[in-house]
Amino acid sequence: MIEVKFTLNGKETVVAVEPGETLLEMIRKRLNLTGTKRGCEVGECGACTVLIDGVPTDSCLYMAGQINGHDVMTIEGVATNTDLDVIQQAFIDNGSVQCGFCTPGLILSAYAFLKTHKHPTDDEIKRGLAGNFCRCATYVQVMDAIKDAAVRLYGEA
Amino acid sequence: MYNVDELYTPATLEEALDIMAKDPEVQPLAGGTDVVVKMRAKNLKNVKLLSLDRIQELKGVQMLEDGTIAIGAMTTFTKVANDPIIIEKLPTLRTAALAMGGPQIQNVATIGGNVCNGAVSADSAPSLFALESKLVLRTKDSERTIDIADFYLGPGRVDRKPGELLVRILVAPKGDHFGCMYNKFAVRKAMDLAIFGVAATCKLAEDGTIAKATIAMGVAAPVPVRCTEAEDYAVGKIPTEDVMAEIGRLSLNSTKPRDSWRASKRYREALIRTLSGRAVRDAFVLAGGKLS
Repeated sequence: MIEVKFTLNGKETVVAVEPGETLLEMIRKRLNLTGTKRGCEVGECGACTVLIDGVPTDSCLYMAGQINGHDVMTIEGVATNTDLDVIQQAFIDNGSVQCGFCTPGLILSAYAFLKTHKHPTDDEIKRGLAGNFCRCATYVQVMDAIKDAAVRLYGEA
Repeated sequence: MYNVDELYTPATLEEALDIMAKDPEVQPLAGGTDVVVKMRAKNLKNVKLLSLDRIQELKGVQMLEDGTIAIGAMTTFTKVANDPIIIEKLPTLRTAALAMGGPQIQNVATIGGNVCNGAVSADSAPSLFALESKLVLRTKDSERTIDIADFYLGPGRVDRKPGELLVRILVAPKGDHFGCMYNKFAVRKAMDLAIFGVAATCKLAEDGTIAKATIAMGVAAPVPVRCTEAEDYAVGKIPTEDVMAEIGRLSLNSTKPRDSWRASKRYREALIRTLSGRAVRDAFVLAGGKLS
């Protein structure tokens, strides 16, 4: 077992992991945070997206033993106290969730994307979210939610 | 849970090379976007992984004193795409970096990993071939520098010796009046593998013709290839429609496309013929060349 110490959703976390364990497995099975979804497991669908040091990463392709010293944010860390994050609220208000399996990954990708794109164009959103598949095809509503969230966060362009 | 016997996480290159010297069979782990996928497919079992993630000296792009650009093997595609030196001097690598996978993949996948994986469809390969890159490989006690063209042996097979790590990719200075481009041909704009990819560079002569052109292709043969016949033909010319057609015809001689479920051989031949001439023309224009 490898002991790793890292920050998870703002909290210092110490956990022992197996050498063959992915970050996805560690988050879901050891830490019981099931908001991070297990999808394709080959880095195509983006359902397992987490932010490592603020950067969207497929947790299915990242070995847990490498996480020492890093900062990890999962969907559980997006809302503050009792309030939903602006992006989560925008997803609800725009009807951007159907089955919901892709939603945590989409919201984390959007979270990182909106830090650097305050007034995103449709094309920028498509590129920025290209690594998250939605098999219910709610893409139009997701675009609406992200544009809406951008306005709520930073005002009109 | 994958079948991994050991996960090493050295902080320095020296430490990593020590581990590789003691156990040459360890599997280097860069971004994991190929290695972990292979573990899932059970093509890699009972492995000892050597994570290179913490080794800062393998990351980043630098310009050396003589103008050579040195790209650390562990530089991610996101970093390659956004590096000011790459954007200014080698924009073909920015195009290649942004063409592969999606943001999550680009954020962790590395240029060195892409090269060492040896995939026929590797997006970085055509550009690195066209730029006549060199690879610096190190073991604990030795270092060698080789042409990238000598590194690719076959589909998924590269000339990385036991105990060896790719540490740097070198691109010699290209000077002024130089242009380079990459065109990835795929069905989707993101999260897709190339059906075909072509990179070209062009250096202008004083009279406005081509002094030197390079053309390199991915998914056109078992390994990335240079189209030397077409390159030689292009010298002294301006890429008019006729010249482009001849470049396309000659490029076919250097390639060996095959049928795959992604595209047929005939379709790939049509792509090679059409897109190689356009690639040279685009590199020519980027170099500042005038078509008429």
